[in-house]
Order: sequence, then structure tokens, then C-alpha cells
Amino acid sequence: MAEIVLDAVTKRFPDGALAVSEVDVAIDDGEFVILVGPSGCGKSTTLNMIAGLEDITSGELRIGGERVNERAPKDRDIAMVFQSYALYPHMTVRENMAFPLKLSKVDRATIAAKVDEAATVLDLTQHLDRRPANLSGGQRQRVAMGRAIVRSPSAFLMDEPLSNLDAKLRVQMRTEVSRIQKRLATTTVYVTHDQTEAMTLGDRVVVMRGGVVQQVGAPQHLYDHPANLFVAGFIGSPSMNFMPGTLAEGALQTALGRVSLPDRIRSALESAGAPSEVIVGLRPEHFEDVALVEESKRAAGTTFPAQAEVLESMGSDKYVYFSLSGDRASSTELEELAADAGTAELPSGGNQLTTRLSAASTAAEGEKIDIWFDAAQVQVFDPSSGRNLTA
Amino acid sequence: MTVAAPQRPAAGDARRSEGAKAERRLAAWLCAPAVIVMLAVTAYPIGYAVWLSLLRYDLRFPQEREFVGLSNYLAVLTDGYWWSAFTVTVAVTVVSVAIELALGLGLALIMHRTLFGRGTVRTLVLIPYGMVTVAAAFSWQYAWTPGTGYLANLLPEGSAPLTEQIPALAIVVLAEVWKTTPFMALLLLAGLALVPDDLLRAAQVDGAGPWQRLTRIILPMMKPAILVALLFRTLDAFRIFDNIYVLTRGNNGTASVSILGYDNLFKAFNLGIGSAISITIFICVAIIAFLFVKGFGAAAPGSEPEGRR
Amino acid sequence: MAVVATPGRKAGWSLLNLLVIVYALIPVLWIASLSFKPTSSVTDGNFIPRELTLDNYAGIFATSQFTRALINSIGIAIIATALAVTIGTMAAYAIARLNFPGKKLLIGVSLMIAMFPQISLVSPLFEIERAVGLFDTWPGLILPYITFSLPLAIYTLSAFFREIPWELEKAAKMDGATPAQAFRSVIVPLAAPGVVTSAILVFIFCWNDFLFAISLTSTEASRTVPAAISNFTGSSQFEEPTGSIAAAAMVITIPIILFVLFFQRRIVAGLTSGAVKG
Repeated sequence: MAEIVLDAVTKRFPDGALAVSEVDVAIDDGEFVILVGPSGCGKSTTLNMIAGLEDITSGELRIGGERVNERAPKDRDIAMVFQSYALYPHMTVRENMAFPLKLSKVDRATIAAKVDEAATVLDLTQHLDRRPANLSGGQRQRVAMGRAIVRSPSAFLMDEPLSNLDAKLRVQMRTEVSRIQKRLATTTVYVTHDQTEAMTLGDRVVVMRGGVVQQVGAPQHLYDHPANLFVAGFIGSPSMNFMPGTLAEGALQTALGRVSLPDRIRSALESAGAPSEVIVGLRPEHFEDVALVEESKRAAGTTFPAQAEVLESMGSDKYVYFSLSGDRASSTELEELAADAGTAELPSGGNQLTTRLSAASTAAEGEKIDIWFDAAQVQVFDPSSGRNLTA
Repeated sequence: MTVAAPQRPAAGDARRSEGAKAERRLAAWLCAPAVIVMLAVTAYPIGYAVWLSLLRYDLRFPQEREFVGLSNYLAVLTDGYWWSAFTVTVAVTVVSVAIELALGLGLALIMHRTLFGRGTVRTLVLIPYGMVTVAAAFSWQYAWTPGTGYLANLLPEGSAPLTEQIPALAIVVLAEVWKTTPFMALLLLAGLALVPDDLLRAAQVDGAGPWQRLTRIILPMMKPAILVALLFRTLDAFRIFDNIYVLTRGNNGTASVSILGYDNLFKAFNLGIGSAISITIFICVAIIAFLFVKGFGAAAPGSEPEGRR
Repeated sequence: MAVVATPGRKAGWSLLNLLVIVYALIPVLWIASLSFKPTSSVTDGNFIPRELTLDNYAGIFATSQFTRALINSIGIAIIATALAVTIGTMAAYAIARLNFPGKKLLIGVSLMIAMFPQISLVSPLFEIERAVGLFDTWPGLILPYITFSLPLAIYTLSAFFREIPWELEKAAKMDGATPAQAFRSVIVPLAAPGVVTSAILVFIFCWNDFLFAISLTSTEASRTVPAAISNFTGSSQFEEPTGSIAAAAMVITIPIILFVLFFQRRIVAGLTSGAVKG
């Protein structure tokens, strides 16, 4: 059992590229922490440094209170699950799981007992004598997990362990990973690029971008109070809508009309010294068909007319997409997010608005509808720094 | 930040050169034996052969050894035997490689597409590759020896194909083709496997028949594999020796350049002329390889981007 | 592509497969037939022998000319293979896994050697080996065999090494292995098939060689079977040594064919890996 502390940990590659810059994170004993971010953000490098597979350029890594920068992976008492599973193809499932125990010279009876126990937990008992090549993707993934848990290490490191599974299996294994982690209560650091995994699995989430930590916090906190444009756009699916806005006399002028801001937001903006040109963020679920909003609440928000372009009925709710006139909100962070999501080259042109309305809404494709949103949920960002001015 | 920036790449360079140095040292140690052996057994002898080729050096009269400049080359190139051997070699090379390409392609398609017995076919096709060339050559020799051979007996009475130039060369080509077509077919099969099935399905949907699929899709996509196979086989065929040695001993105008070089060394014992022939063959091979790589854009194996570590 | 196996198609493919099989086997069967024919009927021209005898085999194994050559062939090929694969493995590892200047040059040079006309080396090697006393010895043949098979070994091995999932090395370290343990229990078992494959290819190359064998040997001391066969003479000067040659050819062919059939998959992978994947 151990806590893991990263103290200004930095990685610079021999060619001079800065991969990870001064990461400070303290992971408590038994905590499940997710490192999340787009590809190339430094999350895997950070994990490899914790594992000891990459040298730390500067800063200090402490596991269980001891500095371990210079220790070989085998002396750090940690286990790792790889994206490709890294199962030894020439060994059976049993041999794969026994391998780390054999290396640490555990006696045969104990090895057998531990492997059997892990196999039971992971439902692998009937596959123990097969080779990895004869297993399905999900089974291989479980063997990789098994190889990690037989050692009862003080921490688990997982590098995108679910990304090679198909969508359905991924959801199943997600709960499985969560269940095992809770049961063993072992400190776990988990790397993913999938924000859904980050939201559902972690006690705390570390969002990274370009080698720099953007925000650390509980999933709900990141969702409700993103520190900047990047976190706001990265966390949440479908992602937050962004549009340019102008602040004047305590009100916000946007493509959706004039929004009179509640006092809390107004004072936050004032104390943050907000510029007059800002970026406005609104999550899809904060919109509603105005017909379904109680009369008393309507005044607390803004209502605007729009023509529904595309409607996707999910049964439980309806996703309705609109085109907005006016410019797109622009910032480097948003471009990066779009590039990462693969939407940068979509020919949608102007500004698209995604809304999630109740299933009871009568919205129909191609028809006009009045949409309402809650002014208290508006997030306002500084376009130059990306900082959230309302958080 | 801006002040510190120029120093960073410098620090990175220092670290890189240190890590890279260790890597280079290891690589040097690992490669050294291979490099030394290859240099000692090829580069040095070739240099020595160049020197020998400039000498008058007849093993029967070793004391008459003297430097004669390029006159050995002059003797070789103005000699009817060289040009006869050169013509024979080029003809055998061109004809056998052309037949091998056609047959090899057919064989590759059979191995790739056959509905059943794929394993058996792929296995048996390796027999010619595995059979020692000399043993196979004797098999062909006896097959065409009048009286002894099942094939010679099919010919009209009194014909002895191995003693006439053209029939003998035809048999040489047959033996060569038999032995090396499987290798060609395997190289082409590997290229064939790189043609995605989806592409062929798409072509089929677009209305291409089997012949069009072969000529418009499969062959163009196999071009790199075909060129590499042709390069390998052309250079290999150009040094043909074993088959001719066993089948005809180079008699009756069937000597290849390699046979000619061998005869000059071990029958005429003329090291000077023999070495001049050796060097001339070496130059021919270099020219062929150069033409392939430059003219047809055959990618020399190993010249593709290296795989990442 | 999924093709429906209609009876017509089936018959067509059967015919093609049969043709391929006949193509591959005819010369082998013919030399086998000759080797079992008694001297009296060896010139009868029948593809299938009327009567069978083992006299030819008994005959060649009774002479040191053949048995000594067989020992030479086996010994020289095995030693050359072991050395070429060892040296080749080291170089291939460097090529597949390390960055160093001159890598391209090394690959280029070994490619050149693979394409080298062996006859060009025969005259200087003949002179050099006579001068240093290697002529007509085992090392005198082993050296050129190593050289000419090294490119083959380096290509097949570096292609294999590139395919090894080296991430497993990391995984082994995480599982508590020292670098040496990771190498021994993970990398060696994975690399073994590649090494075996290239050993087979190199062995076949050495076993098959004829030009060096007749040029750099002069006595039974180091003459290999292919060279010895070509020197066979009949028991009298009027008798062709056909039966003996056929029997000797069978003896050196059958083990290789069994070898090839047994390791078919590996040989195919090895032969094509160097050429297509680079």
C-alpha cells in the first residue's frame, strides 16, 4: 500500500523536446487516479516515469514516502497493464500470470494458489492452459490484469488497457476494472484518452495537455467547474458549445441573444477582471424546449428561436442540432480540441449548436422551435488565456 | 523562458550524444565480425583479383609473371570465346527469367487462390528449391541422354540434344527454370498477399473481369515485388554455372561467362586472363544492378525506411 | 475472396494442383528411379524401373570417395551455418534495434555480396588460399560459405527481429525481471524461430554450393558431395557411373527435401521476409 507523489516531475527527451513539464500530483493510498488528455499530451510518458521505464529528467517521484527516481522497475513494487496487453506469446495463461511471481522466487505452492485465486476473480479458470493467441480480446485483457494482481503490488499502472476492445466489451471491462480496484483497494494510476473512462472510473482526474497539467479534481468538479477552455471542451460528451460573446453592463451579448447574468457570475467576472470580448460556453443539457420550462423559471434564462437542422431521438432525450449565424469562437485550445476529436475538417462551416432536450419536446427536423437556456449555467472564458472567468 | 531557451537544445545534445555513443559502441561491436568477414573474403580478394588481372600469370610458367597493364582485358574482349559466352549468358538469363516470371506468377496465383490443397502445393513447390542443383542437373542430363533418358526417347532416333548448341541451351534453361521458379513464385506470392481483397471486390463491383483485375489492379500493385524478384533472379541467372557444368561442360558453344572464367583458371591455368574475366563479369553484374535500381526504380531490399525501434 | 466451389471449379483447381505437383516431383522421381536400377537396365530409358536393386547405394557407401565427401559436406555445412548465424544474429540485432551511422551502408554492402558473381572471387581466393595454406581444407570452404550466406542470414534475422513485440521486454521489467532475465525468458524464446529459419536457409545454401567446392578443393580431404559426384567415374572406363551418381544425388537430396517439407512454413517466411518487407 502506498501513496505516489510526483513533485515537479519533468521529462525532456534527448532531442530536446519537452514531453512532461513540472507535474505535481499527490496520489493517496488506495486512490484511483486517471491521467487523461489527447494523444501526445504526455500522459503515457508520465506513467512510464512512474513505472521506471523512462528516466525522470528532473523533479522527484516518491512511492510510499521514498524517492524512487533511480530505482529499476522491479524494485518499485508496482505492476503495469499495457495497451497491447504485452502477454508472452510462448507462455500459457497460467505461465504468464505466474511469471512475475517466479521471478521474485515465490515458492510453487504459493504461486499456484495466487494464480488460481486471480483466475477465479477474473473468471479465467477454464482458460489457464491456453496460449494468448487462442484467447479473445477480452480474455487477453483479463490475463493482463491477472498478471498485475497476482503480485499484490503496492500500485497498479494501467496504460489505456481497454482501448483495444470493442465498444460493448469496453463498457463491461470498465465496470470490471472498477470492481477489482475497489475490492483490492490498491493505488491505481490509469491513463486514457477517453473522457468517458476518465469520468466513470476515477476518484480523481488529471487532465493534461502538451505536457502540462491543466486541472486536477473529482470528475464532477471538472465537469461543473472546468478551469479553462481546454478542460471544458475535453470533459463532457457531447462537448460544450462555445461561441463568441460581448460583455456590456452586466449582460452578455451572444448569437443566442442577450443574456442577463445572475449576480454570482457577474461578481465573479468583475473580480476576475474580464475583458469585454469573451468566449461563452454552454453544455448541451442546459438547453430545453421552452414549452417544457415552467413559467416561473423562464425569466432566469434566455429564450431564442431557431430552426432544428438535425434531430436524433435517443428515446430518453432528443439531441437537436442548430446552425448559428456569426463567427465561430476561436482559440488555439479549441482548435486543438477539434483536431483531437477529428472534427477539425468537418465542412459544417459556421457555428453548430448541440442541445439535449427532454424526450417530450415536440421539436421536428426543419421546423422552428423556441429554445430556452439557464443563464446561471453560462461559463465565460478569457479568449487569450483560455481561463474560466466564472469558475 | 526566452533566456533559458537557447541552452536547452545544447543540454539535450549532450545527453543525446552520450546515449547515442553507447548505442553506437554496442552496434559497432555487434556488426564488427560480420563486417570483418565480409571485407576479408570479398573486398580484399576483389582488390587482389584486379591486381592479378593486370599481370601475365600462367600457373604453368609462374616465373614469367609480369605486369602487362590492360592487355589481359584487351585479350578477353577481342576474343571470340568471351563474346560467345557473353551472348549465351545473356540469352539464357533473359529467356529463363522471362519464363520464370510468367510461370512464377501463375504458380503464385495458384498458391494464392487454390480452393484446396494449398498447404500441399506450397510445400511440394519447395522441392526444386531444396534439391541440390548438381543433383537436379544430373537428373536432367540423364533424362536427355539418348538411350538412358525417358525424355530423349521421345525424340526422333539419333538425336542427341545435349551435343547441339540450341537444344542444349534449351535444356539448360529448362533445368534453370525448374530449379528457381518456386523461389520466384514465393517472392511474388508475398507481393500478391499485399493486394487487399477489398480492392479486388471493389474492382469486381466496378465491373472488372478476372483478366482486368489481374492487369489493372494486381500487377500494378505487385510492381515492387516483381521488380525485386526480377533483380534477384537476373543477377543470379547471370552467374549460371552448376547446370551448364553438369549438362554440357560448356561444350558446343554452351559456355557461360562463369564457365569461361573457370576454364581459364582450372583448365588453361591462366590466372591473369581468368582474373580479367572475373573482373569483367563483376562489372557486368554491377551494371545490371545499377540499371535495375535506377532504370526501373526497383527498391533495393533494406532501403525502405527502417522500422521503428 | 470467397469463391463458390462448383464441381467444375474444383476439377479445374485439381488439375492445376496436379500439374504443380508433377512439375515439382518429376526430376526427383527420375533420379530415384535411376538410382534403383541395376547396371544392366540403367540405360533402358524407362521412367519406372522394371527391377529394383540397392547395389548402387551399397556401391557408393563402400568407397571413401563418397563417404568422406558426405562427412565433409555435413561438417562444413554445419560449422559454416553455426558461425554465419551467430555473426548474422549480432549484426541483425544491431540493424533491427539500434541506431548507428553506416547502417544503410552495411545493408547495401551485404546486398551487394548477395548478388556477387562467385566466379569473380574464385581466382583470387584460389591464389590467396594456396598462399596461406587454406586451399583444400575445411576452413578454406567454410570462410567463403560464411561470407556468401551472411547477407541471407542478416536479412531474414533482421526482418524477424523487427516483428518481435519489444514491448514485452518492458512488461518483463515491470514483472520484476532484470535485463538479463528479460532477455533470457522473453526475448530468446521469441527470437528462436527466426534463428532456426535462417539456419535452415544458410545450411541449404552451403549444402548446395558447387563452384567453390570444385575450385577450392583438390582431394578427398575437403571435397564435398556435389564436387565428388561430378568426379565420379565408372568401375571401368567404358561404364558410365550413372547409377552411382543417381544414388549419391538421392542421398544428398532426400534429407534436404524432408527438411524443407518439415520446415515449409518457416522457409517460406524466411525466403520472402528479406525481399519484400526489407
